[in-house]
Amino acid sequence: MSAPSPATPLLTTPLNALHIELGAKMVPFAGYSMPVQYPAGLMAEHNHTRSAAGLFDVSHMGQLRLVGADAAAAFETLMPVDVIGLGVGKQRYGLLLNDEGGIIDDLMFFNRGKDIFVIVNGACKVGDIAHIIERIGHRCEVIPMPERGLLALQGPQAAAVLSRLVPGVEKLVFMTGGEFQWKNADLFITRSGYTGEDGFEISVHESRAEEFARALLAQAEVKPIGLGARNSLRLEAGLCLYGNDIDNGTTPPEAALNWAIQKVRRTGGERAGGFPGAARILAQIDQPDTLARKRVGLIAKERIPVREPAELQNAEGQNIGRITSGLLSPTLNQPVALAYVQTAYAKPGTEILAIVRGKQVPMVVSATPFVPTNYFRG
Amino acid sequence: MSIHYSKDHEWINAADANSAVVGITVHAQDALGDVVFVDLPEVGKTFSQGEVAGVVESVKAAADVYMPVSGEIVEVNEALRDDPSLANSDPLGAGWFFKVKLSDASQLAGLMDETSYNAFAANA
Repeated sequence: MSAPSPATPLLTTPLNALHIELGAKMVPFAGYSMPVQYPAGLMAEHNHTRSAAGLFDVSHMGQLRLVGADAAAAFETLMPVDVIGLGVGKQRYGLLLNDEGGIIDDLMFFNRGKDIFVIVNGACKVGDIAHIIERIGHRCEVIPMPERGLLALQGPQAAAVLSRLVPGVEKLVFMTGGEFQWKNADLFITRSGYTGEDGFEISVHESRAEEFARALLAQAEVKPIGLGARNSLRLEAGLCLYGNDIDNGTTPPEAALNWAIQKVRRTGGERAGGFPGAARILAQIDQPDTLARKRVGLIAKERIPVREPAELQNAEGQNIGRITSGLLSPTLNQPVALAYVQTAYAKPGTEILAIVRGKQVPMVVSATPFVPTNYFRG
Repeated sequence: MSIHYSKDHEWINAADANSAVVGITVHAQDALGDVVFVDLPEVGKTFSQGEVAGVVESVKAAADVYMPVSGEIVEVNEALRDDPSLANSDPLGAGWFFKVKLSDASQLAGLMDETSYNAFAANA
């Protein structure tokens, strides 16, 4: 996370006044003043999202459109994922790569037919947009949408709540979306999010964002949720945080993100390769034994939180990796973490040791998500 | 009897110099958020003023607990170990951390009283 220098004034989202009115503790995040928690506190906010519905302001994230007949083919040259084959009305997870196959950013993209709608990380958006324009700006129009706010409504009651205001959204399934209206405001809604719960992300013009957020918060099931709980929820879901768990120096196979690379782009596929770092990444996929390290999930056997950048050791006391994000899972009441370990230690069930304040804390390599996901697949 | 406060946001009630009670302040627990774990020192261990004697962690962050004065740990709060949220719900009471036998009671004079501490914490 790049913190702005003290001389740089923090940006604000369209919901800034609302956050302050709700008593949020505001912190600098990705160059914005953002709510880290509200008076209920991280734990209550986390549990509320898992049991009812939480409203998140994610307006700091970057929204952009790629327009033109060649947009999908052009965008596909930047990522190891199937862009051309994504049907209209569908969303997919993507990875922008540098020429060494390192991850510039992770993102979501959506085929709207008329354009490709892309959501990138707030801290990365300026660099992402410059990168996309530099590489494919001659093949399609790259249109940033700083005028749009972005809200996420997440949790098992999200569909019931949102369909009350915006009838029809209940018909969407996970990773689909569409255009909707609320009191003459244009909304672009996808059934997705980053908590592991069923839920929606709603793009709305900044001029209507606060009004729409207030309408959601007026529903009995909805409470505002800050960045603190957003982080604990995404970690329980086993999802990567850019800057912590993935960065310029990690490739998708090292990050255990092979699931994001569709067959069509892999060796033998119809459109194999052709993305930055393809030779290296395809070799890592085809010969996984040659990978030096891999991202894994870890659960501690003792109730001691294990945080980044704790060192990991084997039974002989040799360094075998490090934690990239970790905390005490509010849902499991056990410490969970994401880490990079030498491949020999990446198998689920492997016991390793984390060093916390000089003491060894035994941990077990575990499958993710740590908390089962609740995506609505119809 | 009076309670003293350190600039590291601990309080110490030294009514009994052989068993002064130490905890973290209302301000400290508020800044940390929901406390989920405490690491308490061993009974019998001796610390100098300002040394790290324990750790308090919320979901979001970990913070060291410093010795407000020099002395020997004579008791730790086992109930806090079992229910770290006591540090949030009752930081000046049931959420105490440990008891210390003071080795130099004059150090108390260098700590803040409640009024000074509140002014200090307001600007922290």
